[in-house]
Parts: sequence; C-alpha cells; structure tokens
Amino acid sequence: MSEIREVIVKTDRLATDKYQVNMGPQHPSTHGVLRLLVTLEGEKVLNVQPHTGYIHSGIEKMCEAITYPQIIHLTDRMDYLSAHMSNEAVALCVENALQIEVPDRVKYIRTIMDELTRLASHQLWWCVFGMDLGALTTFFYGLRDRELILDIFEETCGARMTVSYNTPGGLMFDIHPNFQKRVKDYLKYFRTKLPEYDKLLTGNVIMRERTEGIGYLTLEEAIDFGVTGPSGRASGFSCDVRKHQPYSAYPFVKFNEILDHRCDTLARYEVRIKEMWESISVIEQLIDNIPEGDYALKMKGVLKLPEGEFYQRVESARGEFGVFIVSDGKKNPYRVKLRSPGFSNLFALNNMAKGHKIADLVAIMSTLDLIIPDIDR
Amino acid sequence: MTNDELILVLTGKFPDAIIAQGSQYVEMTVKAESLHETAIQLKQTGEISFDYLFCLTGVDYPKNMGIIYHLESVKHRHVMVLKVRTADRINPSIDTVSDVWITAKYHEREVYDLLGIHFNNHTDLRRLFLEDGWGFPLRKDYVDEVRIVER
Repeated sequence: MSEIREVIVKTDRLATDKYQVNMGPQHPSTHGVLRLLVTLEGEKVLNVQPHTGYIHSGIEKMCEAITYPQIIHLTDRMDYLSAHMSNEAVALCVENALQIEVPDRVKYIRTIMDELTRLASHQLWWCVFGMDLGALTTFFYGLRDRELILDIFEETCGARMTVSYNTPGGLMFDIHPNFQKRVKDYLKYFRTKLPEYDKLLTGNVIMRERTEGIGYLTLEEAIDFGVTGPSGRASGFSCDVRKHQPYSAYPFVKFNEILDHRCDTLARYEVRIKEMWESISVIEQLIDNIPEGDYALKMKGVLKLPEGEFYQRVESARGEFGVFIVSDGKKNPYRVKLRSPGFSNLFALNNMAKGHKIADLVAIMSTLDLIIPDIDR
Repeated sequence: MTNDELILVLTGKFPDAIIAQGSQYVEMTVKAESLHETAIQLKQTGEISFDYLFCLTGVDYPKNMGIIYHLESVKHRHVMVLKVRTADRINPSIDTVSDVWITAKYHEREVYDLLGIHFNNHTDLRRLFLEDGWGFPLRKDYVDEVRIVER
C-alpha cells in the first residue's frame, strides 16, 4: 500500500520527463491480478517492476496440513491451464519416493493427457496473444478448438480445467470407451485447423512488425533468469524436461525439442505454434498403442513417505514445473516447495521490455504466457 | 557426467563440504560462511559449470533454517543439490547468491517473505507476496491471527 501512496504523492512529477504508471492489477493484458510499476519516458519503457501477491493463497503452507493425495487437488489451482502436468508432478514425486512403478497404461494415458493439456494451453495462449495485439478474431478461432479438448477432458474425468485426474499410483478413473476415437477425430480435425492459425496471424504484417526484434532475451539471460518452457527455448535454451529427464511415456515417443535462436517475441510465438505440431505427433504415436492393464495400483489408505527429500521435474505448458517434498515420515509433508515456471519467467520481463514502447510491453508479456496464480501460489 | 564422477570432482574441489548421493541427485552440504565462495566456484569451474539454478527452497528445521539450491549444468546436463543451514533460527541470515544466479534474487525475496531469512548483501530485499508487518507464514510456529474461515 505504501508504494501506491508514494506514486500518488509523486504525481506532481508528471511535469518532468519520467513518470511512473501502474499497469494492473486490473489491466486486461495481465490476464489476472498482476501489477507492473512501469517507469516511462514518454512512451518508452525505462523500468518494469512487477508487484505480485494479489492472489497469494498460501498453497505451500496448506500442503503441510494435508495428505499427499490431497495436494494434487491444490496444484490444479495454480497453473489452471496446465493442471494435468502439475498433478502429474506430485503423483510422480510420491511414486518415486515410495519406489512404485505404475503400469504402462497409466504412463501412456498420462502422456496423452499432458499433450492434450499442452495443446489446449497453447491454443488459449494464441487466442489471447492475438487479442492483446488487438486482433480479436483469433480469440474465437482458438476457443473454438480448445472447447473440444475440454469436452474430451469432461468425458474422461468430469472436470474441464481443474482435472485432478492423477492420483499417486495411477489415475482416478479409467478412460472413457470413446476416448481413443474422440482424440483421433480431434487430431484429424485440428490438423486442418492449425494451418488456419498461421494464415490468420503468423503471416500478418502488423503482427510481424510488432513482434520481430522486440523483447530480446539472450541465451545467457534466459539461463541466468531461469526462463524455461517455450519462452526459454526461443532463446536457444535447451530446457525441455521431456527430453532431458524423460518421465511417463516420453521415453517411448519420438519428438523434437523446438529451439529457436532469434530470441525475440516472434521466436517465442513460433516456438509455441511448432510445439502444437509436436504435441499432435506425440499423441498420434501413443493413442493407438495404449496397453491393456490396470489404470491404478492398489495403494494404502494413508500414504506415508519415507524420511528424506524428493524432487520431481515435469514440463508444463509454460516451462519447468518442479515439486520438492521434504518428508519426515508422517502422512503430511514437512515442507512442500512448488517451483512454478511463471515465477522465474516473470522477472526477466524488465530486461526484455527495457527501451521498448509501452505497447510492446503488452506483446512481450503476452509471449511469456504468464498465469498469475502460478506466480503467486 | 554421472553422479559418481560428479562426487569425485566435487570432493576434490571442496574438501570441507559433506558430499553424498541423495535419493536422486548428488547432495553437497557446506558451511554458511563458505556458501558464497562455493556458489561462485560451482558456476565458474568449467568442468562442472552449474549455471542454471532451477529451484531455491527455504525450510524451517527445529534448530535452524535450511536453504536448498537445485542446480543444473546446461552444458553437461548434470544436476546437484547444494545445502546450507543458518546458525540461528529466530533471526536467521545467510549470504545472498543473487550476484551469481540472477534468478536467486527473486527466489530469495520469496524465502525472505515467507520464512524471514535475511540475505546479506541482497540489493533489493523486500517482501514479495505479503504486506510489511505480516508474520512469516512458512515458519512452523506461525500463528494465523487473521483467520478468515472459522472452523
């Protein structure tokens, strides 16, 4: 609060060249409640200072009071667009700690769901990226395709976004008998729709003018700031956990890690578009080969992890998501740390936006694909 | 580099540290005084070059505070865990590593905000999520005074 007051007091300085503007917490392009304190000189951005915590919900503290299967339901609420990956991270971490190997069927279904989630997340990102730049049409095109994925989720587990489909030892339910057919139909459909995205936005002159050479993030900076996911890979940072520390069914499939060395906003845009093609290919490799078997192992009613520290990394739609559990042998964890990709990505914003116009700040922030509950936790 | 090779290299480089194979990664515990020097060497030594700090966690232990750094080398693709404990639990302080890995600057702010660990030489140590004057919620003895939901 004291800072807000400071800014109001300082308004008499508007007469000079530099001034400070609060972008957010209700600004539509922040996609949530994030406040950026932007120092401007005319239209030029001199400094961006993110202020977080508007929806800090204390998830890490809550985790200390609940059991391991319950934690999964909290991780849904962080990055709600890659809910399935966050769930999977907790489930894998608990399974590794208990040294359980889940059936292949579970691995396959988890990976298919991962990639469907990634598709849905990138689609929504594409919608709002266009919208942030003023191209409203993309919003309708993207949501049209994303709805169908959410329908598949709904049929599979009853929820559309906060899926909570994983549980330590497997999945909550088996897949719906229609699942394979529906996913295959969807991929066939989306293969014809994805080129539309390029036609509509990628080649657009205005869009390219506003993204090429804007928001430069070098490879060294990306590593130093820990910028992961598509945003990091667009700076040439090879950080795909699916490749480097494969989990679930990723060792069984062939896919490319999309890297780009142009480091600008356009590169981050194109990496995501190309990742959608890779996701389609991963699902196609798995969907016909889901092995028969159990969809979950029989687990004890109360799970107790052995004493020790356990870490699990997964690739969520916006970067590396990590779960770190410190256990003291009880049914509740002693400490849970959730390493969210958005948190690290956000703080590179100042370096990327410095020197650009304030309208470019919107474009840069959009390609970082920030989800605020993921940052605030 | 495999974990065994990494243990050999680290033992040669840091004779004072306690190095062991953890549940997944190589774990190295150092004294609080030598943390900053160790961090610089871990990053700058060519054969290990841990340049990517992907997780920084503060933990409230019964007698002191622990800080755990998860490090990866982008070039060599090996991972290690660096651990350190503060001397005091009530007024804990430790040297910052934000000049070594920039991302630590923000992770340390989060740890300061939620656990009250003071990072020496940090250039911008302010609360990140909560207001000034709020307690430190991740401490085990934290009392939630403004309980909104009554049970």
